[in-house]
Amino acid sequence: MSKLLAVSNLSVVIAEDRRVLVDDVSFSIEPGEAVGVVGESGCGKTLSALSILGLLARGLKIGSGAIRYLGNDLLQSSDEELRSIRGNEIAMIYQDPMTALNPVMKLGDQLLEVLASHQNNITNPKKHVLEGFATVGIPDPKRAFDSYPHEFSGGMRQRVMIAMSLLLSPKLLIADEPTTALDVTIQRQILALVAKEQRRRNMSMLWITHDLGVVANLVDQVIVMYAGRIVEVGTVKEIFNSPRHPYTVGLLASLPASDSSKEKLASIPGAPPKPWQVGESCAFAPRCGKAEEICRSKRPELSGKTGSSVACFFPEGALR
Amino acid sequence: MKNTREKNWINYYFKSTSGIVGLILVSVMAALSLISAFSLAPIDPLEQNPINALQGPNSTYWFGTDQFGRDIFSRSIDGMRRSLSVAILSVSIAALAGVFLGVIGGFFGDWIDNVVVRSSDVIFAFPAILLALAIVNSLGNSWIDTSIAIAIVYTPIFIRVARGPVLTVKEMDYVKSVRVLGFSTPRILMRHVMPNVFAPIVVQIALSLSWAILTESGLSFLGLGTQPPDASLGLMVSEAQPLAALAWWALAFPSIFVTVVVVGLNLVGDGLRDALDPARRSSG
Repeated sequence: MSKLLAVSNLSVVIAEDRRVLVDDVSFSIEPGEAVGVVGESGCGKTLSALSILGLLARGLKIGSGAIRYLGNDLLQSSDEELRSIRGNEIAMIYQDPMTALNPVMKLGDQLLEVLASHQNNITNPKKHVLEGFATVGIPDPKRAFDSYPHEFSGGMRQRVMIAMSLLLSPKLLIADEPTTALDVTIQRQILALVAKEQRRRNMSMLWITHDLGVVANLVDQVIVMYAGRIVEVGTVKEIFNSPRHPYTVGLLASLPASDSSKEKLASIPGAPPKPWQVGESCAFAPRCGKAEEICRSKRPELSGKTGSSVACFFPEGALR
Repeated sequence: MKNTREKNWINYYFKSTSGIVGLILVSVMAALSLISAFSLAPIDPLEQNPINALQGPNSTYWFGTDQFGRDIFSRSIDGMRRSLSVAILSVSIAALAGVFLGVIGGFFGDWIDNVVVRSSDVIFAFPAILLALAIVNSLGNSWIDTSIAIAIVYTPIFIRVARGPVLTVKEMDYVKSVRVLGFSTPRILMRHVMPNVFAPIVVQIALSLSWAILTESGLSFLGLGTQPPDASLGLMVSEAQPLAALAWWALAFPSIFVTVVVVGLNLVGDGLRDALDPARRSSG
């Protein structure tokens, strides 16, 4: 299968002093595939996603690497080319639905704006928007069309955001922690909704989350990031059944299990370092129980012959 | 459910006493200046009638006459018309230019913002009336010149009023999310940024109208702006000043007109501020 999106050796740096925030990240997404990017806050998940859309905040820039969408390098594309891809080919849903909708514009108008922003052959925009509302399970699409965002709850607003992102049937949907701002029952509904639409449209997805539990049932492939680098990549089965990087092991151990409610949750001691402070060592070494001399003097590269690829000198399950 | 929002803020406006009182005061003044604009004033404001000089208010001369026997009521409403024209023109120019520059500067940041903010700081550094005096001196005395001078003085205020909210709004998730959805920059500015900075600008327009009237009167009082024998509220006050002990009415009525319209516009500004600020009506 040809790749829909291929990110290779991407690095993101602070423009001013070239401190590295995301380092040597490579991954690819195939048509219809769902990929999860997991990691703690500040590990570079969101930055990687924003790089794909060419929307890094002012002061940040791409240090090196390539992002190929259907073979075209997005980093070499003009602003106008990028703009026509955003929303049309690649869409994104945001963390906080409470602030992601324009408070002074009716929801219907906001969705019509999306259609007006991109060339398309939709003949009846209003009907298309109403169908979009219906698809995401909004009970009364006609009423929603004439409502303002403040008349809707968080979960409903997230549905509107999803409808907005799906309006032009993008080939890739990036979901940046779409449920963190919602309560648990709504979370499940929203996740199920997005997963259902993904399957129905055979759309590719990039889930960005700090919660391994969220992606378990949603993705085919998991990318674990730590301090701006990828530390482990594997299928969902490999990651959950036989994690190999000590960090992944630690993350999995800290998931609450339904049958151990009385035990104290496991945690990984310490905090992740800043990506630019790591230097020539394994970024996880200071927090790793198995770290040895080589971990502090050399950087492990991502490699793997069987199962997941892992960036560790002493991966779990390997003979020593 | 249609137009709920539009109806809402008008409803809220009419719930505030200050808003209603302000609107009445301003409407009366506007109506009076319309009478003058259509030359329906009871007596020609320029007609001199020395026999009737310095008469107190009576049934013919409602507000009395000045030292040349001109009708003060007719001159007052004619002055009001002039003041309002200058105020409306100057505030229109200042609002358009200031909002444009402020939004552009705030949204694009960088050197554009620096140029906009520094230049407005330079204008801010001058006392308003002094700068207006200097500009009127170099431009001329017609009402359009006066308007341009006042517009230049008040443009920086609109730049600030527009730029501040733009800085906040452009960082809001909904502006980021429409960027992610591939909206063009002009569309983002016009449809998603501008409507969200609209409220403070509307309030500022009401307040600036009152300041512009004060400035216009001030300029006329100082002998710039409107020239005799044309009527202007500031000029009338200036001419009546030496006669204050002799003919209080010549001083009092133009002053009252200025006061009423300035107070009225300020009250309108208050009412608009309350009506347009969602935080103040969250209970509704």
